[in-house]
Amino acid sequence: MLCPSLAALSLQSSTPEALRVVNLLQERNLLPPGPIPAPTPCLPQDLQKINCNPEVFRSTLTSIPQTQSLLNKAKLPLGLLLHPFKDLSQLPVVTSSTIVRCRSCRTYINPFVSFLDQRRWKCNLCYRVNDVPEEFMYNPVSRSYGEPHKRPEVQNATIEFIAPSEYMLRPPQPAVYLFVLDVSHNAVETGYLNMVCQSLLDNINALPGDSRTKIGFITFDSTIHFYNLQEGLSQPQMLIVSDIEDIFLPTPDSLLVNLSECKELVQDLLKSLPNLFEKTMETQSALGPALQAAFKLLSPTGGRMSVFQTQLPNLGVGALKSREDPNQRASAKDIQHLSPATDFYKKLALDCSGQQVAVDLFLLSAQYCDLASLGCISRYSAGSVYYYPSYHHAHNPAQVERFQKDLKRYLTRKIGFEAVMRIRCTKGLSIHTFHGNFFVRSTDLLSLPNVNPDAGFAVQMSIEENLLDMQVVSFQAALLYTSSKGERRIRVHTMCLPVVNSLSDIFAGADVQAITGLLASMAVDRSVSASLSDARDAMTNAAIDSLASYRQSVLTIQQPGLLAPACLRLFPLYILALLKQKAFRTGTSTRLDDRVFAMCQLKYQPLAYLMLMIHPALYRVDDLTDEGALNINERTIPQPRVQQLSVEKLSREGAFLMDAGMVIYLWVGRNCNPNFLTQVLGVPNYTAVPQNLYLLPELDTAESQRTRAFIGWLRDQRPFFPTLHVIRDESQLKANFMQNMIEDRTESALSYYEFLLHLQQQISK
Amino acid sequence: MAFTFAAFCYMLALLLTAALIFFAIWHIIAFDELKTDYKNPIDQCNTLNPLVLPEYLIHFFFCVMFFCAAEWLTLSLNIPLLAYHVWRYMSRPVMSGPGLYDPTTIMNADILAYCQKEGWCKLAFYLLSFFYYLYGMIYVLVSS
Repeated sequence: MLCPSLAALSLQSSTPEALRVVNLLQERNLLPPGPIPAPTPCLPQDLQKINCNPEVFRSTLTSIPQTQSLLNKAKLPLGLLLHPFKDLSQLPVVTSSTIVRCRSCRTYINPFVSFLDQRRWKCNLCYRVNDVPEEFMYNPVSRSYGEPHKRPEVQNATIEFIAPSEYMLRPPQPAVYLFVLDVSHNAVETGYLNMVCQSLLDNINALPGDSRTKIGFITFDSTIHFYNLQEGLSQPQMLIVSDIEDIFLPTPDSLLVNLSECKELVQDLLKSLPNLFEKTMETQSALGPALQAAFKLLSPTGGRMSVFQTQLPNLGVGALKSREDPNQRASAKDIQHLSPATDFYKKLALDCSGQQVAVDLFLLSAQYCDLASLGCISRYSAGSVYYYPSYHHAHNPAQVERFQKDLKRYLTRKIGFEAVMRIRCTKGLSIHTFHGNFFVRSTDLLSLPNVNPDAGFAVQMSIEENLLDMQVVSFQAALLYTSSKGERRIRVHTMCLPVVNSLSDIFAGADVQAITGLLASMAVDRSVSASLSDARDAMTNAAIDSLASYRQSVLTIQQPGLLAPACLRLFPLYILALLKQKAFRTGTSTRLDDRVFAMCQLKYQPLAYLMLMIHPALYRVDDLTDEGALNINERTIPQPRVQQLSVEKLSREGAFLMDAGMVIYLWVGRNCNPNFLTQVLGVPNYTAVPQNLYLLPELDTAESQRTRAFIGWLRDQRPFFPTLHVIRDESQLKANFMQNMIEDRTESALSYYEFLLHLQQQISK
Repeated sequence: MAFTFAAFCYMLALLLTAALIFFAIWHIIAFDELKTDYKNPIDQCNTLNPLVLPEYLIHFFFCVMFFCAAEWLTLSLNIPLLAYHVWRYMSRPVMSGPGLYDPTTIMNADILAYCQKEGWCKLAFYLLSFFYYLYGMIYVLVSS
């Protein structure tokens, strides 16, 4: 691929595709037919071939500006989006007695270093010349000597090392899992306890770990209940601690037991736990003391705490008040109470982080639970937040299915313990802000008590010194963790990007999806520290400023209209989508917990899933054909075209599928093709379509197979389970479906065309 | 040489400003230690947070003293700093104990840079105040 600057040198200079001028007011069909690929950095072929996978490591600007003033002129944010622990199908693992690192900056050797001769290598981050150790000269893969540049560490941008003992502060910890369960009356009503116990029983042999794995349980309502699972007892023994002001552990050990030795006892407990609390009338919830007790139990070893909560904690330390005012849900002005009410959960999270304990929070409640305060317990201890509003075992079967599938993934996915991550960049660049669930222990060291494959991170960078005389810069993310089998490992990702010094090159290399993802994280921070309206204005200004800068500095011919380079043509659409997203929207009734959870997801989800939540994909599915279908594992997966999110594209005669990341809507038009109704939904006519259908019947027709293959393919691409809702016109969920129609006008928000006009007006000022 | 109440105020202010200079230097060193990864943010914030309110209260005490001594020029020079202290404390992050510094946000480069600048500015202000009070004390002692 020719770099734009090289293209300019040729006699017939043609603008590359990325810089093609698009008049957004005139061109209406901007969405490509399929998923949008990440832009390729403009590097020589041999470097780009070994460059890091964009699903793991992605930059907002694939061509780095040479100076900070040039970056400021472009008015685009510079940052990296990482998914470092992603499940990878191919991961080279190296066991080596010496891990070769730069002497001064401690960068791991990577494909982008330069070898001065066979014995010396130059670091690509600090330019220090290092010696190649003797052991490194031998290549175990090809069994040859004298070719250090052929070793796997220098051939792969993503690699995992088995770390020797110098990388351990203490002997690697075993996998320790503690489950903290709410058993108040409310909790038992929802029936979640049955699902959790059943899921644990089903997956007990699939929990990541080895023979040292430990497990424990704590239940709580107004008192805390511990379970003595000592080997040799005939049945689990419950110990109740009612002094919640001063929590203590009733027995020194056997509350956390070795899983393989005490498996029968654990299974007995899981079978009897739902019945133990069936008749409870306790309405109070002492979450704070329960968390303190759990922390005491886990602090000697570290591990993972999974907390299940179904109501606002109202007893003991950390009790919260209901702060939400239902009349303010549809407020067109500022939204209050987005920041925590108390710092109890934050302080506890920091204590947990210090002892290598991560807290994952499952919130299954119908009422306000102050997620803004509770979420802190996961945010700073590198945990994750799961939210199932209005969970009920009988009234909400779609949520039940989602909970079950999410639990299975949660219990069986890969996990890393006592981890730290360091992100290094070439001299001249520096990282100033971090986004994600972790604790920043020092200027570039992130403390992650648990690392899981579904967490995404983002960082913002600035250019401290001008990057003169550099053709390329490199970034390296190194994640040091203990695997569930007690091995200390280091996963290293290295990415290389070119340096450019012209504004048009910077625009040509802009990655619009990464920019949107980073802006979303920045806006969440701004909403909490300043106000929501500030954040909304900042996002709109990001679009205005960057397009104005393009117009002034890059465009040679001034034309009327709203002009954007082809690589940024979707930028106003994504900004509008963010403004209408649950996290940032005003004027539409949004529950405060839903909004805060949307904000948590914007900061936590990796970019690929984030884009689906921001800009859902709409497909027409009543006329699926095998034309252009993919063939995966001998199944034919149809590939319908992605439509614009406007009711203009909907049709009463069709059925449309909207993939919004965590939820999939299947909207059936009133005059839908009867073929679709009978062959896919299994009903004779429109009026017979059931109201709360969340599962497609498995019919033996070609249409049904195609539809189910397509939905299955969409679901397979992500680690969490999106619920499916079949919607008719009268359905309650129709409002949710219509709210995702970003390009349309609503009482409180502009249509896409009006937004473009607004941008144009602001730019020409 | 008359030992008036004003002279006494200036003398006390001189001593207390020495303490404030010490606090400012402690802050500067602490933020530098954070920046160079020498210390853990949690420990550092636990040492810095208890110092914030005493510093503000000492400065408030000066202002009250100068008000009682009717030293209007000195008071008017200190009022902006008093207002700044009030604003800073009102817009602090939610925390149960006294203090301004939250370990989860302090490692943010913008916030760290702001705190360092604040430390240097305060040091400069307290140093200048120290010499001003010295001059003021001698002036008041001599001119009555």
